[in-house]
Amino acid sequence: MSVRTLTRGKETASDGVHPPLAPKRRPFGVWFRDKGWRHVVGILTTIFAVFPLLYVLSAALDSNGTLVGSNGLFSRFDAGNFVALFSDPSRPFGRWFVNTLVVGLVTSAATVFLGAMAAYAFSRMRFKGRRMGLLTLLLLQMFPQLLAVVAIFLLLSGISQVIPALGLGSQLGLIMVYLGGALGVNTYLMYGFFNTVPQSLDEAAKIDGASHVQIFFGIILRLVTPILAVVGLLAFIGISSEFVIASVVLTDPDSQTLAVGLYSYVAQQRSENWGVFAAGAVIAAIPVMALFLFLQKYIVSGLTAGSVKG
Amino acid sequence: MPKPDLQELPSTAASPAPTPRDTTRRAPGKRHPDSLKGTLLKVVLLGLVDAFAVYVLMMLFLSQSWAALAVSAVVVLAINWIYLRKGGLPAKYLAPGVLFLLVFQVLVVVFSGYIAFTNYGDGHNSTKEDAISAIQLTAQKRVPDSLAYKASVLTKGNDFYLLFTDPSGKAQIGSTEQPLSEATAAGKDSTGKATSLPGYQTLKFQEIVANQQEILKITVPVSGDPADGTLRTADGSTAYQFKPALDYDAATDTFKDTETGTEYRDNGKGAFADANGETLATGWKIDVGMDNFTRAFTDPSLRGPLLGVIIWTFTFSIASVALTFVMGLFLAITFNREDLRGKKAYRILMILPYAFPAFLSGLVWSGILNPEFGWLNQTLLGGANIGWLTDPVLAKISVLVVNVWLGFPYMFLVCTGALQSLPSEIDEAARMDGASAWRVFRSIKLPLLLVSVAPLLISSFAFNFNNFNVIYMLTGGGPRFADTDRDIGSTDILITLVYKVAFGQGTGRDYGLASALAIIIFIIVATISAISFKQTKALEDVN
Repeated sequence: MSVRTLTRGKETASDGVHPPLAPKRRPFGVWFRDKGWRHVVGILTTIFAVFPLLYVLSAALDSNGTLVGSNGLFSRFDAGNFVALFSDPSRPFGRWFVNTLVVGLVTSAATVFLGAMAAYAFSRMRFKGRRMGLLTLLLLQMFPQLLAVVAIFLLLSGISQVIPALGLGSQLGLIMVYLGGALGVNTYLMYGFFNTVPQSLDEAAKIDGASHVQIFFGIILRLVTPILAVVGLLAFIGISSEFVIASVVLTDPDSQTLAVGLYSYVAQQRSENWGVFAAGAVIAAIPVMALFLFLQKYIVSGLTAGSVKG
Repeated sequence: MPKPDLQELPSTAASPAPTPRDTTRRAPGKRHPDSLKGTLLKVVLLGLVDAFAVYVLMMLFLSQSWAALAVSAVVVLAINWIYLRKGGLPAKYLAPGVLFLLVFQVLVVVFSGYIAFTNYGDGHNSTKEDAISAIQLTAQKRVPDSLAYKASVLTKGNDFYLLFTDPSGKAQIGSTEQPLSEATAAGKDSTGKATSLPGYQTLKFQEIVANQQEILKITVPVSGDPADGTLRTADGSTAYQFKPALDYDAATDTFKDTETGTEYRDNGKGAFADANGETLATGWKIDVGMDNFTRAFTDPSLRGPLLGVIIWTFTFSIASVALTFVMGLFLAITFNREDLRGKKAYRILMILPYAFPAFLSGLVWSGILNPEFGWLNQTLLGGANIGWLTDPVLAKISVLVVNVWLGFPYMFLVCTGALQSLPSEIDEAARMDGASAWRVFRSIKLPLLLVSVAPLLISSFAFNFNNFNVIYMLTGGGPRFADTDRDIGSTDILITLVYKVAFGQGTGRDYGLASALAIIIFIIVATISAISFKQTKALEDVN
């Protein structure tokens, strides 16, 4: 305490000489109680947050390959795991990556489109059952599709007996299943955003003779691009992580997605394939993480508006 | 990209009086005519949909699935009606999404409800007729002193065929799917054995060895009637006749073991059973009423573990929400200072776990925590042997730690947003009145914060209640309970249990029980969301 009083006195004394421009260095105790502890918390949390990511990166770069071998962090650097990753015909990592991109992009694009159409109807039109429809969507999104995974599996196996291209083992079938969740939270999110676009714009366009289709594509969709990006991105991230339904529907290794394929790498012998798995994990994670960080601001606004990852 | 109008304008009250410019295009008071391009596009799109629909309906007709055919026909008619009629604009925008929603979200839930009341699963996945012929086909015994057929293995496409030569020299061909038929065009070798057939490839000895497993599985039905038996080969060169070891008597609806004479009767539970209750492996699907639910709560190998799983599911989801929220809020307060150096860097680094794909996180952590080889035991603790994932209590703690790692960035972002939206005057006013920082937080900021964050906490709870990825990827639900032979462990939550019961390896698939468990989850989630929706008044926002 005495130290603090002393310095304070000093500071006041020097105030006359140096106007408030440069506050003098405060003693450690004061700095620590005000800000320093925040840095301690920050550093500890950062270590907790980042360590597993560094660990997997180090394992990926160390072609030693096993779980034990990966314990010396960053003790070796080579690309052996990445070479092994792309050269195993029974585990076609390249195909998985492409499959994930295809399923993810098609589904998220269709999700955005279906959701936007529904949100347009809810936001701009007044019809019987509108309120009920919105409430139903809000309630339905409490029940994730994976709860009905057994029924989805049996339904698809029934479909494959009639139209094999849409049934079990087909990515098209999987995309259809995912589109069942296209409305739900997305529509609600978009509905809120659509409401912020002033109605007077549509009306002005209408007076000029624009049709509802022209208003939808030409005016509304252009003004709500941020929310379209958020919904598309969240859908893409969610689907690229989806394991339960994909693992049940996609049985053939060539048609699997990253989540299913990478799990099969470590499902049986976790320790032998560790290095190659880590390499696959790094490649699988980089695009998603890059997208996430790049569009962080949009996502955060979307999150706080009520969606949960997954 | 602006598109021509597919439909005319809705006849809303807002439609304006026609301007002079408009009258040049359409008569006053009349509706907007469809532009040619728009109509064309609409016709093409609808035509494509209808073409596909006709194909589907035909396939359904051929497979004689009348119920599905009727439903599909109604759906196709409804789609055409929606898009061809004038007006009804909202339906035109809602139909595609709602169609997928109805089939893959609503219908499948209803279907789950139905499956929950059946014994659907391994050994019970078809009709009784199918089960009877399957029993006749699988329970086969070699006919004593049966003729030895010479056999060659042929392929066409990816299928294997067997070409038989009976002792009289007649050549016949067949496969598992295709009963025996005469092959007059077969080419024979010097011993009189038929070895080739036009259109088929004959397998060489090395190829037979390489495909041994598939060849052993070929069972060629002698005729369309399973009771006539089959032909099989053990070595790819000689085949013998096999007959059902169980004889089916349609009049009494019983199977009789041809050797022991044991009789198996329909036991009313979708299987044939003898007097001691021994059942034949193949049964059929029947409705079992509440059986799956009563079994879940009375079967001694299920009741205890299931209760443990339900308790842990609640503990896990409540603790996950509480821990991530407390940590997120603490961090949000800690970094809610404009003048903190490195704030941006901390923020980016701390939300990295959230950007990392969730299914990978569980797998990566399972490597770090692996008791034998993991980094934590080997490197940090110098070769300790602590069962982070194998001890029941430690495994639960590990799962929670990993889930906090995954979830705290989200809560940090949410709480930061909520804190910054609180008006700063409140803080100043309370300080002026002499409240301490803690008091300001506890009595003013926290309640205000909770109001805005509560709906997110509830949806976070609902999400964690079904947080399959973390559990399944990290521990797979293990360590297994000792008091049951089923694959149920201390970190299993309900949804991983559903998955393991339905699709697990080792124990047979039991779709009926899995669906019953899913329905239980459904009821729990529905109850919780009903209560929470009432509490948060979220519904009032919908006008």
